[in-house]
Amino acid sequence: MTNPFSTEAAGLQGRHTSERLFKLSGLAAIIFAIGFLAVMVGSIAWTGSGALRESVIQLTVDLGPDNVDPSDVDGASYRTIVRDALKASFPDVKSRKDRRKLYGLLSPDAALELKQYVRDNPDAVGQVVNVWLLASDDADIYLKGGVDTSLEESQRKFSDAEVSWVDSLTESGQTKRQFNKRFFTNGDSREPELAGILSSLVGSALTLVICFLISFPMGVGAAIYLEEFAKKNRWSEFVEVNINNLAAVPSIVFGLLGLAIFLNFFGLPRSSPLVGGMVLALMTLPTIIIASRASLRAVPPSIREAALGIGASRIQTTFHHVTPLALPGMLTGAIVGMARALGETAPLLMIGMVAFIADVPKGFLDSATALPVQIFLWADAPQRGFLEKTSAAIIVLLLFLVLMNLLAVVLRRKFERRF
Amino acid sequence: MSDISSKFAVGVNPFAKKRSGIADKLIMVVLISCASVAILATIGIVMSLIFETIRFFEQVPITDFLFGTHWSPQTAITAEVVGSSGAFGAVPLITGTLLISFIAMLIATPLGLASAVYLAEFASSRTRSIAKPLLEMLAGIPSVVYGFFAALTIAPFIRNTGATAGFEISSESALAAGIAMGIMVVPLVSSLSDDVINSVPQSLRDASLGMGATHAETVRKVVLPAAVPGIAGSLLLATSSAIGETMIVVMAAGLAANLTLNPFEAVTTVTVQIVTLLTGDQEFDSAKTLSAFALGLFLFVITLILNVIALKIVNHFREQYD
Repeated sequence: MTNPFSTEAAGLQGRHTSERLFKLSGLAAIIFAIGFLAVMVGSIAWTGSGALRESVIQLTVDLGPDNVDPSDVDGASYRTIVRDALKASFPDVKSRKDRRKLYGLLSPDAALELKQYVRDNPDAVGQVVNVWLLASDDADIYLKGGVDTSLEESQRKFSDAEVSWVDSLTESGQTKRQFNKRFFTNGDSREPELAGILSSLVGSALTLVICFLISFPMGVGAAIYLEEFAKKNRWSEFVEVNINNLAAVPSIVFGLLGLAIFLNFFGLPRSSPLVGGMVLALMTLPTIIIASRASLRAVPPSIREAALGIGASRIQTTFHHVTPLALPGMLTGAIVGMARALGETAPLLMIGMVAFIADVPKGFLDSATALPVQIFLWADAPQRGFLEKTSAAIIVLLLFLVLMNLLAVVLRRKFERRF
Repeated sequence: MSDISSKFAVGVNPFAKKRSGIADKLIMVVLISCASVAILATIGIVMSLIFETIRFFEQVPITDFLFGTHWSPQTAITAEVVGSSGAFGAVPLITGTLLISFIAMLIATPLGLASAVYLAEFASSRTRSIAKPLLEMLAGIPSVVYGFFAALTIAPFIRNTGATAGFEISSESALAAGIAMGIMVVPLVSSLSDDVINSVPQSLRDASLGMGATHAETVRKVVLPAAVPGIAGSLLLATSSAIGETMIVVMAAGLAANLTLNPFEAVTTVTVQIVTLLTGDQEFDSAKTLSAFALGLFLFVITLILNVIALKIVNHFREQYD
């Protein structure tokens, strides 16, 4: 007789080993997936942190009467003044080609900056002053250590001459890095060092406002109808199947709908937050309907029965008693839906929100772009300086998503009721 | 006094405000029209896609589109040039889409299933409460971020690994896009499968454990087979979202319409072509622009079929154990 409970039973050890392996593989899968998330977000944040600082170069500029006419401060050629200052710092540079390179150390915006400086400091006119001016993207990358000088000169964009100029400026303390306010206050630009996210951020906000104004009331209305009033019949079943399928339609198809119907049929303005918001509203509608129905279902029937029992009509019951109790849940669903809409890119490309927008859009009908589209555009840009801008914009986008989801969680915690 | 007594007259609701029936009806109409918007959206999608597709097939025969193996929609400026009509064979796009989705599912299936099994069967509630939201964050990250990471980090990594091993791998490969997409759909697979595994009745587990099976054996031989239909549904849903995914492939997969099954080569997908055909200036009547709608219809139909099947399977499965 063998003992069936003996631990020496055939292969028991092997079975326990495979049990452990099975468990480990599950844990490994989770760790791998979460590790991927950490590496992705971490590496992007690391790259993006560079965009928070910008390089500036100090130049000694001559604002004397030869250059700036005190009676017409705005009429002076600040470009020439800046160039003269650069030439004065490096008198050895003679050839036109080298000079152009030398001028390239500063951003094209440096002249404007100097003009602004003079406006802010009228006392400086007629004097020789030291000012900090914005460096170009190439110089900025070099100053941040992004250029591998051990490479052959022909292999890199930043030549030996440029390296030596910047080095000598650094040695004399004429370069520094400072907080990059521009990134948050500028619109898009062809120059990486000038590009900012404000225009796309405002575009995203306008789009989301439209999206919320359309999808929230409609989603709640549809949910109330389906949950509180609709009879269980073919029609309501059809609506339900429809909503479920709509939730799984690829987002780019919604873009095609927007292009064919909103733009070409109704002739609404292309690239506008209005159309973007409408398209995203249709996309988020199923999410909001499903969440709203769930929160309506969570309101216990006793509430309805009590209201009906003291003589409220069904519409009064629904709007005075059930909906207010379900509203926090509905709002939570809406915020989660908005967060998804905020990250959506593909449908916006279809309706032309992919244009180069340097100005902050002022209304719902202006041409605009959205933050994720801006990320897509910068990721495609050839200049290396856009790399850190793209990463920083991604971090800003992720921060907004985290904030919205946190808000949803807080709302749920605060207003959640267990009936 | 008389006012109150009249209110308490038999058959009159004393708390009723004066309410006209019209207001109630109006509210109902508003509610019903809200619910109809979902249907209108579906109709809008179908109509806009079908009309433009019909116009496209007036210019390009449907057989050329479905069975042609050459895709180059660039039309020449003058009509006299040879090949000015462009070539609209969608086969390379479809194989490209399927190749990338296949790679994505090859990654998402084991990762998602293993995570789901661990979370549902083995994890302590503490681990679960930490790991589950973290996994779900993967789905919350916008796809443009995955696209950026795939193009910037994964693709060069694959290329360099290939170079050290002596392979020539293009910088835009199906593999890079597929990997990023696979990770993105992991939470889709894991959270649905997690639900499904949780809904397998405890009695099945108890019976198996009572017979002396280990926990892992119970999961492998009892729980998973019982959950297969639901898991299949979740995989189908994940596949459908991989097929419809746009930004990752736009940024990491490339534009060249190669007819290949080699994951190291650049391929293009249906969604990539829709984006390239429709961004920028366009004349609305050219075959080039209209072809995007034909591709869109194709995409819509495929994902719809997958979703309908998946939802049927999942619902059927739920009913079985409820």
